Amino acid sequence: MAGKTTQLDSKTLWGGKESPFQTSYGKLMMWFFLVSDALTFSGLLVAYGFVRHDTLGAWPIGEETFNSLPGLGHGYPLIYVALMTFILIVSSVTMVLAVEAGHRMDKKGVVKWMIATVIGGFFFLGSQVWEWSHFIHGSEFGRIELSDGSEAIVKGHFGEIESFTVVEAGLHHKKGDVVKEDLMHTFQHAAENGDIKAGGLIHLHDGSVAKIKKAHDHDMELTIKYTGSNSKRKIGDKISGKEAGKQYYASLYSGTPKVTYGAKWFEDGEHWLPTKNEYGPQQYAHFFFFITGFHGFHVFSGVMINILILFGAMKGTYHKRGHYEMVEKTGLYWHFVDLVWVFVFTFFYLV
Amino acid sequence: MERDDLIEYSLDKHHSEEEGKKIRSKILKVTILLTLITVVEVALGAFIKQSADIWMYVKWTFIVLTLLKAGYIVMVFMHLGDEKKWMRNVILIPYALFIAYLIFIALWEALAVGDAWSSVAA
Repeated sequence: MAGKTTQLDSKTLWGGKESPFQTSYGKLMMWFFLVSDALTFSGLLVAYGFVRHDTLGAWPIGEETFNSLPGLGHGYPLIYVALMTFILIVSSVTMVLAVEAGHRMDKKGVVKWMIATVIGGFFFLGSQVWEWSHFIHGSEFGRIELSDGSEAIVKGHFGEIESFTVVEAGLHHKKGDVVKEDLMHTFQHAAENGDIKAGGLIHLHDGSVAKIKKAHDHDMELTIKYTGSNSKRKIGDKISGKEAGKQYYASLYSGTPKVTYGAKWFEDGEHWLPTKNEYGPQQYAHFFFFITGFHGFHVFSGVMINILILFGAMKGTYHKRGHYEMVEKTGLYWHFVDLVWVFVFTFFYLV
Repeated sequence: MERDDLIEYSLDKHHSEEEGKKIRSKILKVTILLTLITVVEVALGAFIKQSADIWMYVKWTFIVLTLLKAGYIVMVFMHLGDEKKWMRNVILIPYALFIAYLIFIALWEALAVGDAWSSVAA
């Protein structure tokens, strides 16, 4: 026999025992899953970037769209999302502390920090519910089409509606009745249908006509976001002071006003996507719901997995096993959720 | 049959109380840093208008700060910095290459599509 045989031993070849990465199979697979999930999210964000770059006209600005705090109204640009970001960062920190406690075989520590992480996750989800609800309902003024066909968003303080006093009887209401319930909703609905007329008269559903009692608006400012073909206004132009209120209500009382509040889901029963929104192009709301929704779904499943692991830790399953690798693996997933939010925060809210 | 080819790596990854203290103080430092970065980002976003001349720089500052934040989360919180060098590379390099390409090609194409739309509109 010619040639020579080469001696193969564990020094020259990987013998199949010690992994080159010196990491367990589970951890490595979690990493590979996260890479693929990261590709999904990147795809979504890049698609968002694509649509934003190819859209003509004004794209909504984060600080204008997201400037409210629960119970405090408007004028707090980005504070709420910043708070959400902070909550998620903190729950990421408590997770890494749980992992650290696991490395010391400190069962109590793991349980304590896992509980904190789960609470943080629920806080984030709750915040997102408010965020979505606020986005769907929109601002009190809405987006308005002015007499020259240009469209403007409105900043300022909307004077509270106190009551509707019926001046012309209808099916249900008698003359002199005072309506005090569901005022804002009724007002906006009537505004969309052109049922609010000069002098502050509102036509109610039952055919009655009522006088609106409403506090004065303050600090109104219109910002042009779309210019009609005959308009001399430019995108970004601002109308403030008395002129703002005059223009706004002239349009609202016109009988055929075009006012949009928040994100409307469908108009004709066929479209199940937001068909219009007060913030800007349709796609803006599509991406808002899809990206934050997909991320929120990750947070939700993360919280559920964290709860399972918390139970495992409480039962002592991992302690018996001799290591807390399960906490580490779910930790990877949880940190990834935080990581994605960091990018969503930048590309959806900031830039 | 007892398998001798399965190695429980996690059994060797324990650390002592003193090491834990060091790790915890590092976690605290990174937490403060991440919070500060977020505060700076929000301040820039809230106080500088998108119409401002320096907005382009602000935008790039956001992107750099975001990558910095992401780096700290991945390297410290997810312990990728403590893994073997080639495990790190296997995870980061293919992803980074693909995404850099995707961003380039998609945004470039989007600008061309936008130009096409505006020539139709004009």
